[in-house]
Amino acid sequence: MDIQVKNLNKSFNKQQVLNDVDMTFPEGRITCIMGPSGIGKTTLVYILMGLLKADSGQVIGLEGKKFAAVFQEDRLIEHWDAIKNVQLVSGGEVTKDLVKRSFIQIGLTEYEKKPVRALSGGMRRRVAMVRALLSEYDLLIMDEPFKGLDEKLKNQVIDYVKENTKGKTVIIITHDKEEVDLLEAQLINMEDYED
Amino acid sequence: MEQRNISKDNKSRNNQFRSYVTKLLVLCFWLLVWELASSLIKQELFIPSPRSVLVALIKLSTSQSFWFSITNSFVRIVLGFVLGLLTGAVVAVFSYKSRLIYELISPLMKVIKSTPVASFIILALVWVKSDYLAVLISFLMVMPVSFSNILYGLKSTDEKLLEMARVFGLSPWKCIKAIYFPAVLPFVISAVSIGLGFSFKSGIAAEVIGRPANSIGLNLYEAKLYLMIKELFAWTLVIIIISMLFEKIVMKVLNIHGKKYMHKP
Repeated sequence: MDIQVKNLNKSFNKQQVLNDVDMTFPEGRITCIMGPSGIGKTTLVYILMGLLKADSGQVIGLEGKKFAAVFQEDRLIEHWDAIKNVQLVSGGEVTKDLVKRSFIQIGLTEYEKKPVRALSGGMRRRVAMVRALLSEYDLLIMDEPFKGLDEKLKNQVIDYVKENTKGKTVIIITHDKEEVDLLEAQLINMEDYED
Repeated sequence: MEQRNISKDNKSRNNQFRSYVTKLLVLCFWLLVWELASSLIKQELFIPSPRSVLVALIKLSTSQSFWFSITNSFVRIVLGFVLGLLTGAVVAVFSYKSRLIYELISPLMKVIKSTPVASFIILALVWVKSDYLAVLISFLMVMPVSFSNILYGLKSTDEKLLEMARVFGLSPWKCIKAIYFPAVLPFVISAVSIGLGFSFKSGIAAEVIGRPANSIGLNLYEAKLYLMIKELFAWTLVIIIISMLFEKIVMKVLNIHGKKYMHKP
């Protein structure tokens, strides 16, 4: 079932962030949301995830759905190692070997036996990504997931995302049109929803 | 690499040795001050010398009742401390979850915190047998400390991690293990450190007033009553040693095992 957003409104301190937003996220596809900072991209996905309440409007198609997310700030358990972080959100079927194989696929090495707080920003980003992709979900939301990755690594990670989200509904916030093309995603430009 | 590790080990061993020596020198300094004060006053009834206190302590330690009194008081105070810590923690969790419970409990905790320990001891004497007085008083002194520290810890839990847990649909147990426990642990350690000192001081005070049989408090009271000042000093020394030793052991265990559960290095 597609996810449909209808007449969504949200304001903070009397400042309208989302104004009668209507959009559809097709089931089983990747949709990228683009738009300048402050236009309400993160607000929109927070409403989808149930972390914010809309002032008015409707979201259809989320009932009983399981979520996974890559947040802007990674949100990892700092004193745990990378594998433990991934296994925290996944069921028992995600073995250490599977996690390690996934890490290799996105070029993550030298992460073992250290807490994630000791890893670089790019490494932590990839841990957050594997955590989300290996969890059980119906809708995956990623907020600027490729930020801070160099060009070569970005392509490798995009390939991993494409390969592992086949047939899944994914929403990605990005500022980079090239990422949209590489992901072969549907594009929604938030600027189209401005007054 | 190995050489660097060895030199790091040596450095840390040297630092540890230096710290021990410093502590020993500080102890010697204060013993000297005590000795000087005693020899200046020249009245063993006011300030006995460290040597005579040590002799009194050795003499006391040869009797069975000395060890029996220590065990009794220790068990009572530690029991009150543990009960206070656990009750404070449980009440803090409920207060964190419900605003109503917080509004109901918070003033009560403030009243307990502000009430002089002597008032509690005298009141408690009416309610319980003197044998249990130290348990109750130690409990009452520790519970508000545990409550406020653990509640503060719960409130300082990282909201962003809690949001992550909500989105991924983590079970309550996983949330406790990964998010709440590491956030609260430093506050538990602080509550234990403050609470231990409180419980020993107030527990012994309760025993002095309640005078239960075979207790440090009763021995202190009798030493004062019969003007056995050396014994009074010796018993005080015993309380200080037990309290400090126990706190040291508990804090060491908490710090060693707690480090791996904490968010911050």
